[in-house]
Amino acid sequence: MNAAMAAELRRAPHLRTPVSVPVLMRRVLYALVPALLAYTWFFGFGLVFNIAAAVAAALATEAACLRLQRRPIAIALSDYSAVVTGVLLAFALPPLTPWWITALGSTFAIGVAKHAYGGVGNNVFNPAMAGYVALLVSFPDQLTNWLPPRMGDIDYEGIGLLANLRFMLSGGLPDGYTLDALTRATPLDLMQTELGDMRMVAEIRNSSLFGDFGGRGWEWIGNFVALGGFWLLFRGVIRWHIPVGMLGGLVLSASLFYLYDSANFPSPGFHLFSGGALLCAFFIATDPVSAATTDRGRLIYGAGIGVLTYLIRTWGSFPDGVAFAVLLMNMTVPLIDRYTQPVAYGTREPRS
Amino acid sequence: MNQPLLYNRQPPRPAWGVRVDPRKTLSTSEPIVAAPLPTQVQLPLELGPERRAQAVVAPGDYVYTGQPVARLETGARNVVCASISGRVAAIRPGPIPGPGPRVAECIVIDSDGQDRRHADCVPAGDPARLAAARLRELIAQAGIVGLGGAVFPTADKLGGSQPVDLLIVNGAECEPYISCDEMLMRERAAQVLDGARIMLRALGCDRAVVAVESDMPAARLALRAALDADRDPRLDIAEVTAKYPAGGERQLVELLTGREVPAGGLPRDVGIVCQNVATAAAVSELFRTGCPLISRIVTVTGGGILNPVNVEARLGAPLADLVAAAGGYTTTNCDLVMGGPMMGMALAGDRLPVTEATNCLLVAAPGELSDAQPGYPCIRCAECSRVCPARLLPQELLVACDTQDPDRLEQLHLDACIECGCCDYVCPSRLTLTPVFAQAKIRQRAHREQQRQARLAQQRSEARNARLAAAEKRYADGPAPDAGEAALTDLLARVEQRDERGDGG
Amino acid sequence: MIEAVLVMAGLALLIGTGLLVTGARLGATGADAAVDRINQLLPQSQCAQCGYPGCRPYAAAILRDEAPINRCAPGGDPTIAALARLLQRSPQPLDTDYGTHQPARVAVIDEALCIGCARCLEVCPVDAIVGAPRFMHTVLAAQCTGCELCLPPCPVDCITLEPAGADT
Repeated sequence: MNAAMAAELRRAPHLRTPVSVPVLMRRVLYALVPALLAYTWFFGFGLVFNIAAAVAAALATEAACLRLQRRPIAIALSDYSAVVTGVLLAFALPPLTPWWITALGSTFAIGVAKHAYGGVGNNVFNPAMAGYVALLVSFPDQLTNWLPPRMGDIDYEGIGLLANLRFMLSGGLPDGYTLDALTRATPLDLMQTELGDMRMVAEIRNSSLFGDFGGRGWEWIGNFVALGGFWLLFRGVIRWHIPVGMLGGLVLSASLFYLYDSANFPSPGFHLFSGGALLCAFFIATDPVSAATTDRGRLIYGAGIGVLTYLIRTWGSFPDGVAFAVLLMNMTVPLIDRYTQPVAYGTREPRS
Repeated sequence: MNQPLLYNRQPPRPAWGVRVDPRKTLSTSEPIVAAPLPTQVQLPLELGPERRAQAVVAPGDYVYTGQPVARLETGARNVVCASISGRVAAIRPGPIPGPGPRVAECIVIDSDGQDRRHADCVPAGDPARLAAARLRELIAQAGIVGLGGAVFPTADKLGGSQPVDLLIVNGAECEPYISCDEMLMRERAAQVLDGARIMLRALGCDRAVVAVESDMPAARLALRAALDADRDPRLDIAEVTAKYPAGGERQLVELLTGREVPAGGLPRDVGIVCQNVATAAAVSELFRTGCPLISRIVTVTGGGILNPVNVEARLGAPLADLVAAAGGYTTTNCDLVMGGPMMGMALAGDRLPVTEATNCLLVAAPGELSDAQPGYPCIRCAECSRVCPARLLPQELLVACDTQDPDRLEQLHLDACIECGCCDYVCPSRLTLTPVFAQAKIRQRAHREQQRQARLAQQRSEARNARLAAAEKRYADGPAPDAGEAALTDLLARVEQRDERGDGG
Repeated sequence: MIEAVLVMAGLALLIGTGLLVTGARLGATGADAAVDRINQLLPQSQCAQCGYPGCRPYAAAILRDEAPINRCAPGGDPTIAALARLLQRSPQPLDTDYGTHQPARVAVIDEALCIGCARCLEVCPVDAIVGAPRFMHTVLAAQCTGCELCLPPCPVDCITLEPAGADT
């Protein structure tokens, strides 16, 4: 027997699941494909370029950080975690974002939010959201360059593939186009500004930007995000606790205020299908490294994100609160984990 | 204890545990075969941690099959029986299966090929009429130990002072590949039930349930048929979901009764005793034929075996004999594992003897077991805590083991770890968890003992300081009025009084 | 302006009360409790190698910040690590001026040489030596902490330290 010669015998267990970290990360990427297609349909090829810039910068930063720490590069790059970070950051950015902003965000996400804390597995904050927030507070204007969705009855003024690419690379637009003419406020933005101007929800919703629940086009993307999310749940890549907690927290707090005063507080459906709520619930909050680890803890963590998102959207100065909510809840994770430790088998205190 | 129902016939589906490809059908297509009589057996004298038996025979002695050849003075499992007849060739150290290559003192017997039964090996009488204590004594003298893998002395488990209200006969063999208990139940269901009945009497308990897994319908049907035939209302069958490690003793207790065995305790502490089905069959065998524990059924299986099958082998027979009985190896570079792939021990070769704990010999073809693969850092996915049957947080435990923080390990209940290997199995980062926990448990025990000693030393030191301080104080206060002095003054006063009365003269 | 001051004052009062109540419930009050908690982490060999007459005095010195946490030779690195965790300081290597860490040992009296002088009885900090003047003494191995304090007073050098757990 060959083992007879080996001084070190293998230790039990002798079987392992084939699902490794790269497999999990690849599945997350697959699950984002439907959302990517829907996104591209409604907003053009901006996202594809964003992804290219973000992923390239993420991989380069990851390799550079590992090199500086003299850690093996090949195996760390092969786990796809930097790719996922880049892709998620790209999803959060508007289609018309100059490439260097995207790359900067990606570099911040990997270099500061991830490697400054010790690399994959040790980061306290969700890298993609940390990168997004860094960009949001540094370049607030550039991050509002959202296009109107491609729907027949909105006065749609599209931008071609090449024109989009050119803008990202050089910031220039074809003759006759201006940024102001091209871009539109997002439904969340519009709702927040108009409510601030003392208008009623029903009035605001008359705008052609709004669909059945959230923004037109946006709600369709939401459906495809959820589709990918359900697939992740089905494949066991993520567990139900965080999405349920997050969406539950958001919908419950929205319902509460909607029932209290439906003229001034938009419906829970609007919140659910607007901005990054669904993407966050299935893809961002579920990042295992920066999330709570116990089942009860994950419900609390998710619910915290949902409630904070609602609070920031409703009373904050930014239209969407998902990123801030995630970062705030990231900080509470050690505390949540400590207080939700399950009672181990046979260690229950005897009832007295 | 007359609760109407002590256990679930259809226990809940556990949230913990893993589903692993069972691969039991590899070895269940053919009936149990008897291995040819070995030409030599090697019986280890080391029966467990701190249980070392003394040989009662000398090299050159002739021994009969079933004759006690070694005794243990303490504990109930007090004999090792010869598993063949022949001459004692030597008493010398030999390799035994264990974690890493291990060597222990062994009695080596050369077979005379006759298999002559010892004269004492006759049924001791109807077990239904024997006293419980006598039953336990006979079981101990037959060298019967738990055949599920833990080799705990059966008589010890059947004795004890706490009341028992349920005997679980464990046939829920949850490890992949292993099918020896399933085949035993299929072929000898009546014997299992008979053994269960005898153990009930030895326990003074009136309820026994045989636990089988949901993926062994043939075994359940055989048990059901045997149960219908003997109409004993005290016996029953329960079916647990086929999920690893549902057949673990503590897990089975929880699934069947909802009770939890306290950490560091035994099922006995919650009124339950678990015995393996093979142990029950061995007890029945003892009382029906008089034969002590000299053999066991071993699943010889895996891609490296030509004809995987369950083999009934004499204890002490070389594993190579079992491989031969199963058709031999298919390739030359197989991995040998004693036990299943989840908790089994890798073996260095097939020159080792069959012991009471050998429930399976897994001969894995190259690539059949998972090879060491590149590991990634922990991503805190918590799959390990989702599958942990002890509801631990392995990802946190691993950090605490790395930093060697004894208080944190205590707080995370490292002791409740049953080393089932589920966390390693699901870990997408391919981290080594169970072996680290096993080592940390040993360190933790040493640490606790040190703490205990430190507390005692502290008490003694404080007592001494208090004593010295008290002595110091006495010295500083000067000599206290002495009781003797007081008595003397008293006496002198009385003498004076007497003199004054003048009744001296 | 006044509202802000009131709000802040109110918050301070609220949080202060909360902390007070929690602190009282946790029950850790006074320096004695703190010394006890440090003392719990020391190996209780009472060997005085740290320069203090026993483990508790050393614990008290640590609390008063008179002594660093790296002077306990019998405890070695694990003890220093535990102290560092409790006191939230960074662990330091053992200060070898105060002895080196060795595996656990126990004192053994060579009973053939013992003259029964009883001097070792007096110095044993944990009462682990039994005997009486003019009678042979012996060390209770299970109680001995291996502090070596009995070695210097012995006039005939009949006490040696042997690895703990060897047959006694």
